[in-house]
Amino acid sequence: MKPARAHPLWLAFVLHRVSGLALALFLPLHFWVLSYALTAPEKLNQFLSFAEQPIVKIAEFGLIFLLAVHVFGGLRLMAMEWLPWSAPQKSLAAGAVGIAVLISGTFFLQVV
Amino acid sequence: MKPVTSQESELDGQGVTLDVSVWRGTSEGGGYQRFEVPALENQTILDVVSWIQHYADATLTYRFACRVGMCGSCAMMVNGQPRWTCRTHVKKVLKAGAVQIGPLRNLPVIKDLAADMDPFFDKWVTAGGAHAPSATRDDPIPPVDPQDAIRVEASAGIECINCSICYAACDTVAGNPDYLGPAALQRAWTLLNDAKHDAHDQILDAVSGVGGCHNCHSMGSCTVFCPNDLDPMSAIAGLKRETAKSFFRRRK
Repeated sequence: MKPARAHPLWLAFVLHRVSGLALALFLPLHFWVLSYALTAPEKLNQFLSFAEQPIVKIAEFGLIFLLAVHVFGGLRLMAMEWLPWSAPQKSLAAGAVGIAVLISGTFFLQVV
Repeated sequence: MKPVTSQESELDGQGVTLDVSVWRGTSEGGGYQRFEVPALENQTILDVVSWIQHYADATLTYRFACRVGMCGSCAMMVNGQPRWTCRTHVKKVLKAGAVQIGPLRNLPVIKDLAADMDPFFDKWVTAGGAHAPSATRDDPIPPVDPQDAIRVEASAGIECINCSICYAACDTVAGNPDYLGPAALQRAWTLLNDAKHDAHDQILDAVSGVGGCHNCHSMGSCTVFCPNDLDPMSAIAGLKRETAKSFFRRRK
């Protein structure tokens, strides 16, 4: 049985909500670790060497993914609610952003 | 359409039957009861419910009127999704010969498939949905240009048939009983854009309160499930913009 909520707009809502909650849980931990720079530098160094492990690198990928999902989810929501555009206008805007990211991303990779 | 008799059904379906689960009971309690209904070549969910009431169990309670998607009274949950049953072909929703039919979600159940629509219509009034004319019958009729941008917004929502499918689909309604819901808010948006409506400030006050438009999370189930292809989510977004603008105007 397919529930009433199995559609892309609802999934976008859930992704935005879940990524927001996960980031809200992450940020206090993040600031707590950063505070070691002032209170206990040797502990911070310990943590930084722990953070070199591959499993933590994978977790960092997840973090960037959450951030990206949340940022673009927020932009989507603001565009949807504050810009009374027609559907084709929205498609064009999304396409323009996509192409801009592609071009600037290619440029960025060449610089790096 | 000719009325379906049990004899005809058997001939037409050549003995093939549908496995139909129908909700029996009220908000207090109940369960799904299974019926075997003859399968027909052309058959809507409302036909199936009617067949059960005519030939299997006369005590089954349900609601319908026009049978052609105009009156908005036959909406039910079909396989967990809100649908207008008179325009839902059985073949479209049948899963392995079975279908589950229940009363509309997010509303009290009077009995079986008949939901209590009072909360739904009360919220139309709460959202400022009653028309307040801007002129009397003695005044000249103000011209309305159909191409006018504001009129286009108003016209977008006027085909609502009050079926409550959007209300049943909305998870925000499920989580917040005070939330006015997509249909009432779309009605408010329509009247806000109606040049012949006089109570614009009352609408903005009504829809910016506790259960108002700012509760909407833009999940979009209303727009996905609206049988008339209306877009309550965008109408609510319009209310969000107008209430925000009026908030900043009043602060000046």
